[in-house]
Amino acid sequence: MGGGRAAQDLHLSTERARVSRLTRALESEKLLATALLAPATAILLLFIAYPFVMALWFSLTSIRVGDAGEFVGLANFSKAIHDTIFRMAFENTVFYTFWATIFKLVLGMWLALLLNRHFRFKRIIRASMLLPFIIPTVLSAFAWRWMFDPTFSVMNWMLYHAGLITDRMPFLSSGDWAMWCAVAVNTWRGMPFFAITLLAGLQTISPDLHEAAALDGAGAWHRFWHVTWPLLLPVTLVVVVFSVIQTFSDFQLIYVLTGGGPANSTHLIATYAYQIGVGSGLLGEGAALSLFMFPVLFAVVWVQLRFLKRMDNA
Amino acid sequence: MLIERKWKKWFLFYLPMAAFIAFTLFPFYWMAITAFRPDAELYATWRQPNAAPLWTLHPTLEHFVGLMQTTAFPTWLWNTMLIAVVSTLISLVCGMFAGYALARLRFRGSEFLGTAIFVTYLVPQTLLFIPLADIVRDLQLGNTPWALMLTYPTFLIPFCTWLLMGYFKTIPKELEECARIDGATRFGAMVRIIFPVAVPGILSAGIFAFTLSWNEFIYALVFMASADQKTVPVGVVSELIRGDIFFWGQLMMGALLGSVPVALVYSFFVEYYVTGLTGSVKG
Repeated sequence: MGGGRAAQDLHLSTERARVSRLTRALESEKLLATALLAPATAILLLFIAYPFVMALWFSLTSIRVGDAGEFVGLANFSKAIHDTIFRMAFENTVFYTFWATIFKLVLGMWLALLLNRHFRFKRIIRASMLLPFIIPTVLSAFAWRWMFDPTFSVMNWMLYHAGLITDRMPFLSSGDWAMWCAVAVNTWRGMPFFAITLLAGLQTISPDLHEAAALDGAGAWHRFWHVTWPLLLPVTLVVVVFSVIQTFSDFQLIYVLTGGGPANSTHLIATYAYQIGVGSGLLGEGAALSLFMFPVLFAVVWVQLRFLKRMDNA
Repeated sequence: MLIERKWKKWFLFYLPMAAFIAFTLFPFYWMAITAFRPDAELYATWRQPNAAPLWTLHPTLEHFVGLMQTTAFPTWLWNTMLIAVVSTLISLVCGMFAGYALARLRFRGSEFLGTAIFVTYLVPQTLLFIPLADIVRDLQLGNTPWALMLTYPTFLIPFCTWLLMGYFKTIPKELEECARIDGATRFGAMVRIIFPVAVPGILSAGIFAFTLSWNEFIYALVFMASADQKTVPVGVVSELIRGDIFFWGQLMMGALLGSVPVALVYSFFVEYYVTGLTGSVKG
């Protein structure tokens, strides 16, 4: 009995000593910082840095599913450059990113300016405007695909009954049309992000500036161009960078809307890399194809970082 | 105040606003009415004289019943919810710790780490999915929810860290210093003083992270193979298109039911979500 109690006391006091050593160690800023950053760093190293290095390695080998392959140098990259489907996928990605970003910026800015006014039901309208951004893209892309259906399209029905067309539009059955449809759906999905973020920027601009400009005789357009736009520029640039990265690396929208078809004419880099890497099991070639996204994304991120630094210094 | 004429307000405000509302919400309206439309009405061609596609004349639950009987839809919904909640919690804890360290503690390399975490934020999933599938398999995680619970934080942690770092910086340092004078440890002051004050920021990051995990597709598509492990987006894509045939009624019902939970969560926390969204790009 007594021995047990003594052992327990001893156990408790060593336990207490251990705890206090730990708390004392955590009083050091350096050690506490290391401990606090460890979980995040571990996950990011294991699931971002390590796979990135592996992607580089894969791209230099002929690895495929069930076959480790061998080192082939830059063969996968040169094969990609000579692959007409991949060239088209690259062009499509640039086209898709460029036009979707322009539309999202223009429409998002317009919507932000509208939402910045006072009107009834403002809160609920603003909340519902964000729905395309909240709802999983795959699910809403299916709704769009059904709206573009060749036989049962409601768009054709509306256009026909409005007297605008006499025959149906080949929404997703022609490559050119399908690319523009994808741009439209991407714009629909991403516009709220632009609008709400720009709206937050607009709300920081003092109305006094507008009144002063109006008193000086500036019209609405001049007030936007000379007062609002320059003040919004920092927010706008950041939003555009985020959107470009998302759009350039997009996968789900095209995967659902066209699957890369008709006849591989609407592939993006990501969907084609998926088709080669997962569909055909050519892991090395697939990894090389996705790496073609890297230089563009890197350039965008670099611009972003430089810009952030300049803002910090200013 | 600038005064506008009535016709001008119609032309410059009501009309464009109505167009934006129609453009934004029509696909959801279309999804919802298609989900309750019997096949006979669904597959009426667009030129048929009696076709009235904008309204469902005989609403039916047949697609709901079909979805429940022929697919594992409730399981997909449960998987998606579980994975979204767990990966959000993991990311929040990591993000709170890392964000606090970057905002408050002085140590060598803090600026470099902050930038490094920000850069990982911008690495898209589509760049990494091929080697990551290999890593997931090597760790024996393939086809288990952990494959997604551990990989989703890769795109959630950077954003949570940045958002919370910004939030922690706005909390006055004096708050912690008082607690420390009263004998609290650094760690204790962080957990008991700073985290409770930061609840609005934590909630914003959490809601935003939850919607992002609900939306993720390519990792779930590549890592999950069996029907009972899929998330809603992957299940809908892979089980409701058989061969070349799209089961549009069930697809739209599945899309609708898969959208409702995330829309509900969003509707309760709109303001927090907006803070998270606008904060996510400010850094």
